[in-house]
Formats: sequence, structure tokens, C-alpha cells
Amino acid sequence: MASSGGKGKNLFQKVWDAHVVRVLPNGQAQLLIGLHLIHEVTSPQAFGMLRDLKLKVAFPNRTFATVDHIIPTDTRVQPFADPLAQGMIDALKTACSEFGITYFDVASGQQGIVHVVGPEQGLTQPGTTIACGDSHTSTHGAFGAIAFGIGTSQVRDVLATQTLALGKLKVRRINVKGKLPLGVYAKDVILHIIRLLGVNGGTGYAYEYGGSAVDAMNMEERMTICNMSIEGGARAGYVNPDETTYSYLKGRTYAPKGAAWDRAVQQWKSVASEADAAYDDVVNIDAQSIRPTVTWGINPGHAIFIDENVPTVEGAKDAIEKASVAEALEYMKLKPGSPIKGTKIDVAFIGSCTNSRMTDLRQVAKFVEGQHVAPGIKALVVPGSMLVQNQAVEEGLDKIFTAAGFQWREAGCSMCLAMNPDKLIDDELCASSSNRNFKGRQGSSTGRTLLMSPLMVAASAIRGHVADPREVFELEPVGA
Amino acid sequence: MPLEKIVKIDGAAVFVPGNDIDTDRIIPARFMKCVTFDGLGEFLFYDVRFNKDGSSRQHPLDDPKHKGATILLSGLNFGCGSSREHAPQALQKFGIRAVIAENFAEIFAGNCTTLGIPCIQMSAEGTARIAAAVKADPKTRVTIDLESSTVSFAGQTASFEMKGGAREALIKGEWDALGQLLDGKDQVAALAGKLDYMSA
Repeated sequence: MASSGGKGKNLFQKVWDAHVVRVLPNGQAQLLIGLHLIHEVTSPQAFGMLRDLKLKVAFPNRTFATVDHIIPTDTRVQPFADPLAQGMIDALKTACSEFGITYFDVASGQQGIVHVVGPEQGLTQPGTTIACGDSHTSTHGAFGAIAFGIGTSQVRDVLATQTLALGKLKVRRINVKGKLPLGVYAKDVILHIIRLLGVNGGTGYAYEYGGSAVDAMNMEERMTICNMSIEGGARAGYVNPDETTYSYLKGRTYAPKGAAWDRAVQQWKSVASEADAAYDDVVNIDAQSIRPTVTWGINPGHAIFIDENVPTVEGAKDAIEKASVAEALEYMKLKPGSPIKGTKIDVAFIGSCTNSRMTDLRQVAKFVEGQHVAPGIKALVVPGSMLVQNQAVEEGLDKIFTAAGFQWREAGCSMCLAMNPDKLIDDELCASSSNRNFKGRQGSSTGRTLLMSPLMVAASAIRGHVADPREVFELEPVGA
Repeated sequence: MPLEKIVKIDGAAVFVPGNDIDTDRIIPARFMKCVTFDGLGEFLFYDVRFNKDGSSRQHPLDDPKHKGATILLSGLNFGCGSSREHAPQALQKFGIRAVIAENFAEIFAGNCTTLGIPCIQMSAEGTARIAAAVKADPKTRVTIDLESSTVSFAGQTASFEMKGGAREALIKGEWDALGQLLDGKDQVAALAGKLDYMSA
């Protein structure tokens, strides 16, 4: 842990400075929010507060909505079987129409998980500030934006004023240097980072991810990394924009066009961290040291390499860790000291705002083609958006998944948080490409979640137990 | 919008032990299928308070000795995970007026402050002393004084920290920022006008 000693400005500093409206009496900044994304779970109460206070949405042109948490993934027919879910989608539609907000609903063909939709529409851009009533808003940092997850009263604040009262964060630069080994993906990298720095190691910080391994990643891989910043306690995480970023954005619906594009790219280049940028802390990680990673416990920091054993209470380094390991072992019903590999699974879930984009689906499809999910395993592939879904169908991926024994679903959050019909039953154990393994997270108060990369989920689904993708599939070196 | 000045909170405390207590545990997602926050109180910590058949799991919140407690005491990284304001809303609707913990997840703490719930960050030693006093006598009166940044209980005191201007905001009755944010309207419009992407 050490500051960089640099003199230059980092991206966070530049973007923050460009968006400070004024300093409030308690020392917090009133920060302008460039883009506000909303969804059906955390916005209805905020609209209710606006109505009570007789306020309007300050910048309806900078507010975009979609529906993701509660939407069923097996049918789109309304009314939904769950009247509460129907009530929420109705409330969102009413509010969008009442306040003049663009709503990417199912009829538009552009519905999806809010953190998949923003980037694919070209709304998520470098150098901007973004807020959404969802902690995984950090995803948008992959583009060099500063993106905050917020609560509902803050959703109200952004709706009414397009600003938030926020304290400034410190910045930790995390360098992942070198080339990732075969079978190690963005998901493994972020799980490894959280394992190293802890689930609250990032409190008070924004994480800036860089180094040659991150530079080599495509935008969807960078989104996977930034997505889970909050699981490490960091409210925001970002990657500096580069040619990969610009080429992803070019031509997207809401990306600038013509002369405005050229101006935007110049501006985007100017917000990147300077070579001698100052950081409050710098962490270096050797990419070669990372192996495929999987969680065994009840928070994302409870992670081990696929060839390691489930921890024991005795092996924990201090009283706090002992208590944490003991609580997790009791809940997970895993044998301490036994290999995680080979643990029998019941459910396999590929989806969520962490891993449901084309890169994930193409990679899994490539390796599961011609293979089959093990008997008795319920396996789901849930695309992150309708655009992803359509593209996957165009490429024939849906047929590969269904032939391999996976259910191919409609776009939504699905089994990540179980606010829709996709849930674990009793103490089922799920190999999941999502982001949280908290007790009860997947909808059963005794349900168990192992977080891993989509390819490890696929390998585990095929074997029927937690499996190393390097052993199940014939992987090829990237760029070979 | 005049708000209550939150300077002192006193009442009985209840200790909910554990580290990394996440907001999914504080309010499971299925109870968020609602368009108002009313009624969330009864679902607070639901899955650790009740078995699937609805029988009690003897959680401290349901211990008759702690009935009416208004201060919740816990461990490290309280409120981690999801940004759901439903978590502090459920605490408040249950009757909790302040949380004392070793530290807090950031989004949770911000959500609490906006609702006028102080998040009192205290050393493990301090929280352990309060927990011990409450265990010895559940009726122990715990008094949080934001002006002196101390908690007094059973003839003892413990000091605490509060981050990010929250203490000042609570004491001055400015914990809900909306009024101040609205006051900045003209400056917001001026700044937005300077940023190309805001008019796109």
C-alpha cells in the first residue's frame, strides 16, 4: 500500500472537477450527473416523492429507463403471473410517460439489464458521470466514466436536480501486468482482486484498473471487471478510455456522429489519467499468478483457485477470519479442507450484468457445441439484453445452447437476485456467472451460490460438478 | 424543507453480531416487489429471523428482552452489497433510529444519512463494551451524542467517527440534501450548458 508519488491528474480527478457544481455547507460536492439510468425496482418510490413535492424531472433527455430485475425470462406475456411484478412494470411505464423519459421496454426491442443496455446504446461514454439505483452501476466505468450506484432518495435527487451530494473518493490504481494464462478470464481477475484486497478493502476508493492485461481486454471484459468493484467495497471502478473504447462506441445509437464524433474523441482522450498521475494507493498484480477462480463461501471475497481446497477454520489467520470462515462453512455445507473441484452442483446459471454479453455467450457456445449438460442439472443461459439475444440467435448460438441441454431464456436479471421466477429451491448449489454469493441471494434462504467465469459454469454444467475449464475444454491461447 | 436536527439519540440497543452483513440479508430481494416503502419493517432480516415454516429462529431482534430497542449494534462492513435503500427503510420502519458498527459500506451509510439514521463508526473495543453492557442488562440506556461524538452507556463512554460530513448534516438538520441541491438550480444549468454531451 503506497501512493504513487506522481504529480499528474488521474481520470477520476478530471471527471470529478469537470462536474462539480458547487461545494455544499457540509463539505460534500454537488456533482452534476450526466446520465441517469433507472429501472423498475428502485425508482417508483422516487417518482412518488417527486409527485408529493410537485417536482419535475430536471433533465428528462438525460434519463433512460428499462425493466430488468422483475421481468420473467420464460414468458413476456402480460399480465405477469406475479401481480406485484406487473404492478412494478406498470408503475415504471406510467412514470416514464408522465415525466417524459425514454423507456427501453420490451416492445422497443431494446429492453435488457440496465448495465448492458447503457453501453450497447452508446449512452455510456468516457469522461461522463453516471448514476443508477443499483450498486453494479460501476460497470459503466469500463468506458472511463465515473459511475455511482445510489439509493432511492438519491434517485429522487438526480431526477429532480440532475445532481448528487457526494464526498470525493480516493483513487487506487490496480495494475494487472502481463498476459493472462490460458483459461483465466476477466471474471477470474476481478474475483482474484477482491480476494486479495477484501470485500471492504475498497471502501472510500474508486478503483482504476490498468496494466497490460486490462489494456488487452475488450470492452465487455472490462465491464465484467468494473461491474464487481462494489463487491470489493469500491463504489466506483474504471478503465481509462483508449482505441478499444472508441471503436466499441462508434456508430452506436446514442454515440456522437460526424464532426461531433471527432470532437468527442478528442475530449475523451483528454480525460484519461496522465502518465505520471497521482494515486492514493497502487497495487500491482502479476497476471501470470492468477488461476481460474471460484468462490466457496458467502461473500465474493471467499474465493480460491479451482485447484485449491475449501478453507478450514484452523487455517484462518485471525479471529475475524475464523468467524467468517466458520459462518460460511456452516451455511455452504462444504467439507473444510476438501477440494472445491468435484463439488456436485444442481444448477448452472450463465447471465447477469457481470457476464451476459456477446463475448461471454460466444465463448461458451464455442466450447459447449457438441457437448451436453450432465443429467439432473438445470442449466440456464440468459442474455443480458434483447439486442444480445437477437445477435446470439442470428449467430445460431441459441441452437447450440439448447442442443447442449441449456435453457435459452429471454433477457433480464434472472437468477442473479431472484426477484423474478428464476430461483434456487431449498439448498440447491448453483454454479453462477453472477456477482453475489450472499446467503439467500438466489431466492432460497438456504440456497448456495458459487461465483465463477461463464466458461467454468459451462464446464461444471457438463461435468455435473465444479470443474476446471482447462480440463474440460480444449482451450486455445488468445490470439493464436 | 425544515428537517429535525439530529443531535442526541437514546434508547435501548440490540446486538446483531457478525461481519459483512449485506443488504440482501437486511431485506431479502423478494420483499422489494413493492412501489412504496411502507410495510418493509416486518421483513427486516426476515430470512435470519424466521424458518421457512414461519417459526422463529430466535434472532436477537425477536428476543422479548430487546423489544423496543432503537439502536442496532453490529460488526465490520455493515450494509455491504446492493444499494437498495429498502435496507435502511426497513430498519427505520422497524423502529431503529441509529446503527453502531465497526464500519459501514459506503452506499448504505449514505442512504442511512439521507433518512436521518446516524451510522456510528466505532472501534471493535467500543462496540464490544456496549454489547457487553447490553448483554448484562438489556435495558441499558445507550445515548449517542453527535455533538461530542461519544456514546454513553452504563456509566461508560466510547468515542466514534462519522464520515463525509454526515455528522454536520445531521446536527444541522440538513441530512436530506434535496433542498440544497434544488437551490443550486441555476448553477447546474450553467454547468450542464458547458458540457457537450449534456445537450446531445
